[in-house]
Amino acid sequence: MKEFSLLLGGMAGDGIDKASLILARILNRLGYCIYIYREYPSIIRGGHTYSIIRASQNKITTHTNKVDCILALNQDCLSLHKDRLKNDSFIIYDSDAVKPEGLPLIKQLQGIPLDKIIKEEKALAVTRNSCIIGSFCKASGIKMEILEDVFKRNISRELDMNLKVALKGNENTKELFKLEKISERCFPIFTGNEAISFGLIKGGLNSYIAYPMTPTSNILHFLASLAEKFSLKVIHPENEISVMLMAEGFAYAGERVAVGTAGGGFCLMTEGLTFAGMAELPVVIILGQRTGPSTGLPTYTGQTELHFALNAGQGEFTRLVIAPGDAEEAYFWSALCLNLVWKYQLPGIILVDKTLCEGTYSFNIDAIENIKKCEPVLWDRKEQYKRYLNTETGISPLAFPSDKDAIIKINSYEHDEAGITIEDSVTTKDMCDKRLRKEKYLLEELIEYKPVRVYENANSTVGIICWGSNKGVCIEAGQNLGFKIIQPVVLSPFPKEEFKSAISGLKKIICVENNATGQLIKLIKYYGFDVDEKILKYDGRPFSLDELENELRKIL
Amino acid sequence: MIQKDLTTYAKNTWCPGCGNFAILTAIKAVMKSLIDEGLPFENIAIISGIGCHAKIVDYINVNSFYSIHGRVVPVAQGVKIANRNLKVICFEGDGDAYGEGLEHLIFAAKRNIDITMIIHNNRVYGLTTGQYTPTSPLGFKGKSTPFGTKELPINPLELMLSSGATFIARGYSSHLELLKKLFKEAIMHKGFALVDVLQVCVTFFNMYEYYNKTVYELKEHDTNDYNRALDKIREWDYSANSPIGLGIFYKKNASSFDDNFPKTIPQKEDEKDIKIKNILKDFV
Ligand SMILES: Cc1ncc(C[n+]2csc(CCOP(=O)(O)OP(=O)(O)O)c2C)c(N)n1
Ligand code: SF4
Ligand SMILES: [Mg+2]
Repeated sequence: MKEFSLLLGGMAGDGIDKASLILARILNRLGYCIYIYREYPSIIRGGHTYSIIRASQNKITTHTNKVDCILALNQDCLSLHKDRLKNDSFIIYDSDAVKPEGLPLIKQLQGIPLDKIIKEEKALAVTRNSCIIGSFCKASGIKMEILEDVFKRNISRELDMNLKVALKGNENTKELFKLEKISERCFPIFTGNEAISFGLIKGGLNSYIAYPMTPTSNILHFLASLAEKFSLKVIHPENEISVMLMAEGFAYAGERVAVGTAGGGFCLMTEGLTFAGMAELPVVIILGQRTGPSTGLPTYTGQTELHFALNAGQGEFTRLVIAPGDAEEAYFWSALCLNLVWKYQLPGIILVDKTLCEGTYSFNIDAIENIKKCEPVLWDRKEQYKRYLNTETGISPLAFPSDKDAIIKINSYEHDEAGITIEDSVTTKDMCDKRLRKEKYLLEELIEYKPVRVYENANSTVGIICWGSNKGVCIEAGQNLGFKIIQPVVLSPFPKEEFKSAISGLKKIICVENNATGQLIKLIKYYGFDVDEKILKYDGRPFSLDELENELRKIL
Repeated sequence: MIQKDLTTYAKNTWCPGCGNFAILTAIKAVMKSLIDEGLPFENIAIISGIGCHAKIVDYINVNSFYSIHGRVVPVAQGVKIANRNLKVICFEGDGDAYGEGLEHLIFAAKRNIDITMIIHNNRVYGLTTGQYTPTSPLGFKGKSTPFGTKELPINPLELMLSSGATFIARGYSSHLELLKKLFKEAIMHKGFALVDVLQVCVTFFNMYEYYNKTVYELKEHDTNDYNRALDKIREWDYSANSPIGLGIFYKKNASSFDDNFPKTIPQKEDEKDIKIKNILKDFV
């Protein structure tokens, strides 16, 4: 099979998250590339939660609405998702909890008495997952050795019990078809948040500071778990105001630091953000978008913070805003962003969303482009040290406290080269120019990294422009329909010339975004470009491949 | 290369007679003596908020961080955790510390992080020309409360004690020698130290006469005893007429938050790559 998609659903608290990862890793062993879409409510128990696990022989970073198989742990799972079934899809359900009624005509339907099996085996309720995974492996002809090995690597508690119930599920199921091994490749699979974390480490991270907020909380958790290994200082302070200012304390002392949040926390960070602009302190901010305004849908997705990221904070200063599109890009650009903010001494924002942060991807580290070294500019110790020395590039050489030959003065007021407060007109203008001048050099350096990416049919006269997590779905749809895809990854400083050449020759431009007002369209309009059509989705969910293709066909 | 004189070329713009001058004089004297005793000059970092008090960082020629209103404490914690060699000395206004940034102060005390807080408590917003602050007395007539405040002040020392601060003291801008003593002890204290300085603002809340009549220096006070400290701290509630004790109220040895972090070890790029690749194996 070229590709296979399955949906696992149950109640919040059923352990769907872990179980989907295990299913994905089993499919991974057959040589497939994986993408998992997770949807869950903002509650800990009760409520419906599900994952769509898509496996393909090609690199994929999106899901499809239609699935080949549903594994139903509760009734909602069938009722809510029955429209996703195809004629030849199959269902495995918990016959103790689910009545398979009102379904479209389905050839293959297997009920497994999960509760009964659990009781007989005296197992914990969460092992129903393992039971249904065992059942799935039988139905799809996957060898139990693979399941066993994946269980061993992924289950730390009650492994034997899980294996036992999985075997029971397996024995109680008929084989329906055979999912064969399609290749020997077997990439690690993990979330966008984990990719960002590794990227930051790669970029030389010393410290990560955050206050928990979906969708970036897992960066905090993951880096905290790696703190010993990479000698990281991971801190969870009292609020996001503190997060940002504490980070600036780290930057002053010479430690590479990143913070993570969502829109609500970023609101609190903005005073610190503009301070970083004024004081020229390097900090990376991971900004995970979700459905707003305000608390909105906390565990769902959106792309509504583009202009917030571009404009947050009083005053004018240079900032770097980067929107990677998938896990591999998230790794690459997080690492690069940390390097660049240190070279140019400014705040950098990695603008992501719930789809990317909490989506799970196959990750091929060897496919990631080289991150060329770009070192910070350090003080050469020749002249007396001045923290804000006004240079041609606007970059003042760095020194850090405890350097016995330098006095390092940081200032949020307008200041002279030494960092002493001033108010005179000449210095005010000079220092503003100095900070803004960095943008030109930063953009020049960014060009090397192709800040506007172009994919698929480069000769097509129809182009889709997209940003962030819509990359994958647009590429696949573009592939199927023969379009060119243009993805500006760097949004500030905006690579105008690169964007211009990417869209040149196009007769029709369609913009795809997860917001109601077309934020990327607004941005490119500012630079004198426009689009012909737009496809906007703002119901908290990302586009699925089939959905986007339908929308595109409607336009054409 | 650097001049060891602690004065900068910045022009001093405090009002003549302002209590901030005493704090500046005292802290420079303390820094000099610490340097003479062997504290490397470069291991001092001073941090301020925004307000009249905050200008002090422009006036002292050491590493400094002129931050924003109310945010001295998070900055100080970042600096300290990142470089434990530094003596991190913070200057905050009462508006800064007890108003805009109060939550940070409570949490830093709770963590007992090793920083020194010097609060220029003039009980008024000086720089914004005279509004009430969290420590202005009941009925204080400021620009935003022309008919007098209708709220009682907080007692910051009581709040600090209950939050976990391990060094709590009060000074007065007219008692210079005591200020020097308190600053030095606070800086030498390992853990969270706070010195609330009754710093007179001659322009918007001139309390010289009042303080001169009511302050006294604590004698034979047991600084190790939490309950006695609490009693002494409660003697004056920052509003009613009562004697105002000056000196150290409370002092305790305890481990500090900044003790708990791994040391930064510079890593070679290829070693790091190998480490990352090894961890990636767990994700298959
Ligand atoms: C976020 C923010 N709000 C308001 C201000 C305006 N502001 C500047 S200083 C100040 C009060 C200063 O009072 P205090 O901290 O007691 O310092 P003082 O001037 O009395 O030394 C205020 C409200 C500001 N700078 N930032
Ligand atoms: S306004 Fe008050 S606090 Fe500010 S400098 Fe003048 S006297 Fe000092
Ligand atoms: Mg004040």
